[in-house]
Amino acid sequence: MFGDYSISDLGAILAMQGFAGLILFSVYVLMALGLAIIFGQMGVINMAHGEFMILGAYVTWMTSNAVQHTAPWLFPGYFFIAMILAFIASGALGMLVEWALIRHLYKRPLDTLLATWGLSLILQQAYRSIFGAREVGVELPEWMMGSWQATDSIQIPINGMFVMGLTILITIVVFYILFWSSWGKQVRAVVQNRVMAGAVGINTEKVDRYTFGLGCGIAGIAGSAFTMIGSTGPTAGQLYIVDTFLVVVFGGAASLFGTIASAFSISQTQSTLEFFLSGSMAKVITLLTIVAILMVRPQGLFALKVRK
Amino acid sequence: MINSRFFNRSELLGFLALAVLLIVILPLSLDIFRLNLVAKYLTYAFVGIGLVLCWGYGGILSLGQGVFFGLGGYCMAMYLKLEASSVANTKIQSTPGIPDFMDWNQLTALPFFWKPFHSFPITLLAILLVPAFFALIIGAAMFKRRVGGVYFAIITQAIAAILTILIVGQQGYTGGINGITDLRTLHGWDIRTDHAKFILYFVEVVLLFGCIVAAQFIRLTKLGRILVAMREQEDRVRFSGYSVANFKIFAFCAAAVFAAIGGAMFTLEVGFMSPSFVGIVPSIEMVIYTAVGGRMSIFGAVWGALLVNFAKTSLSESFPQLWLFGLGALFIAVVLAFPNGLSGIWADHVQPRIDRLLSSRKSKSVAGMIADGAPAE
Repeated sequence: MFGDYSISDLGAILAMQGFAGLILFSVYVLMALGLAIIFGQMGVINMAHGEFMILGAYVTWMTSNAVQHTAPWLFPGYFFIAMILAFIASGALGMLVEWALIRHLYKRPLDTLLATWGLSLILQQAYRSIFGAREVGVELPEWMMGSWQATDSIQIPINGMFVMGLTILITIVVFYILFWSSWGKQVRAVVQNRVMAGAVGINTEKVDRYTFGLGCGIAGIAGSAFTMIGSTGPTAGQLYIVDTFLVVVFGGAASLFGTIASAFSISQTQSTLEFFLSGSMAKVITLLTIVAILMVRPQGLFALKVRK
Repeated sequence: MINSRFFNRSELLGFLALAVLLIVILPLSLDIFRLNLVAKYLTYAFVGIGLVLCWGYGGILSLGQGVFFGLGGYCMAMYLKLEASSVANTKIQSTPGIPDFMDWNQLTALPFFWKPFHSFPITLLAILLVPAFFALIIGAAMFKRRVGGVYFAIITQAIAAILTILIVGQQGYTGGINGITDLRTLHGWDIRTDHAKFILYFVEVVLLFGCIVAAQFIRLTKLGRILVAMREQEDRVRFSGYSVANFKIFAFCAAAVFAAIGGAMFTLEVGFMSPSFVGIVPSIEMVIYTAVGGRMSIFGAVWGALLVNFAKTSLSESFPQLWLFGLGALFIAVVLAFPNGLSGIWADHVQPRIDRLLSSRKSKSVAGMIADGAPAE
């Protein structure tokens, strides 16, 4: 299998394949972070998470069109505006959904799965009716196109690097919010013991709503970043939802650090295998490995040690 | 309390109502095309009955029933395909005697796992045993380690995704995204004629009632009560000395076998099998039918499969845009407002009135109620 390549070729392939894996890793982390907050912290299975992501992607697409037509001078920086808008749109929709749907189901986690699946069907059809069934792609500003020539044989796309930088930034922000701010303390208190958290004066309903909104908002940013590297269609969210859930479960549902570690291992495994095998077999082997590991270690890689 | 009778009065009425509808009313009133559609809907009722046992009673939500539906369906399709690709039928291929898609994918010999499907008895056994064995492995690995609830749902969903990707990717062995098509005869009997479809419909209805009776039997024995106890208080059952894992594995395997029977009938009724009936979306839709019909009611699952699919066909024929909105809204409504589905509505609102009516006017026969054709438990 290695016979046709020289050592330096192999090194370059490994580096570029590794980088492709890093981009996949960034997308996984962005999607899984939101899900880890919603599923890991709140115990809600949000099957419509992919659709919140697609909402962010469509918002980005609309912003790019609007900026191109009304304020072309803004175009190089439109992405930052789009990201904020995507966060607001997905977050607001998330809070609405929490209010209308999720808050009635906190005691029935399996039913949140079914209800949010219904929601995802509605959202998909709404996207199809509003934006059309065809996939849309945004136009990248000039500085994001092209690639950085690291050596003769290694090329690294700039939009990929941008997405990675964004992922790191957002991860830091999320960690800051959850582990250092007083609001994050409230969130964790509600997660650990809802009744006691309420008893000490935390408005648990409000915390729930904002937590769900935050998770959905991050999904919106993920969708926004997603437009940088791929096109968006009404059903694109569904393709990622199972992978994302596996990332969260594999990492250990309540651990954000575990989510990142598992996103890294899954994306690297998959992109490395993809080079040697066909794409579908790489995916099958990756998923099977995860399922097998989960059967041996059901609590995931990094589980909180709690007494049940 | 165990009922001393196998069916209590309302269950007996439900059984009779369903029997009259499926055996008398529908075959007499529908043309063969529509009857074949009903037969297709009913294949999902098999899955639904399994889900009632495993989800409604056992509390194990499997989002991978499509896997077992597909395994049953593929076992049947492999047999039919081998029969359709006899040497005489396939002499224009570069390797005669193997299915056409294998020839297109440059395979020159029949893969080993296809060979047993030359034999009809082995195929019938495989339809039951392959999914059961698969469910046994998944169930044993998960339940022995006390994985349950949400995690089990997600992992079964992942398994559905894996199997779909595998089937689509291994085109030469499985027929790929198109599935196994162009099926002609079952043991020399042409399944494509109207007459054959008519007979297959009745075979399916008989099988369905067999499954209903089997599920009812499981539900009424001590086993069924342990399932309910497990769903409510797993630890207490464990501390009482029962092996919780084994009961869960049994319920999951039983659900898998029911789904596989449905899948095999689906292949016969529709004439092909493809990965689009295996993956995540069909698996969740099967859960939807059960939830709409009522996850606690065996008859409800059958009604759910019939009504949701009927609504799907008629809505998507006339308003393709509205269908997904309707399905999504239906699902949210069922989960939020009617967790026990149609059968719950029936038991809470319709049944008491009928009882009152019956007790005040005993002379009134039950015929009017059967003709209503509404879901009953």
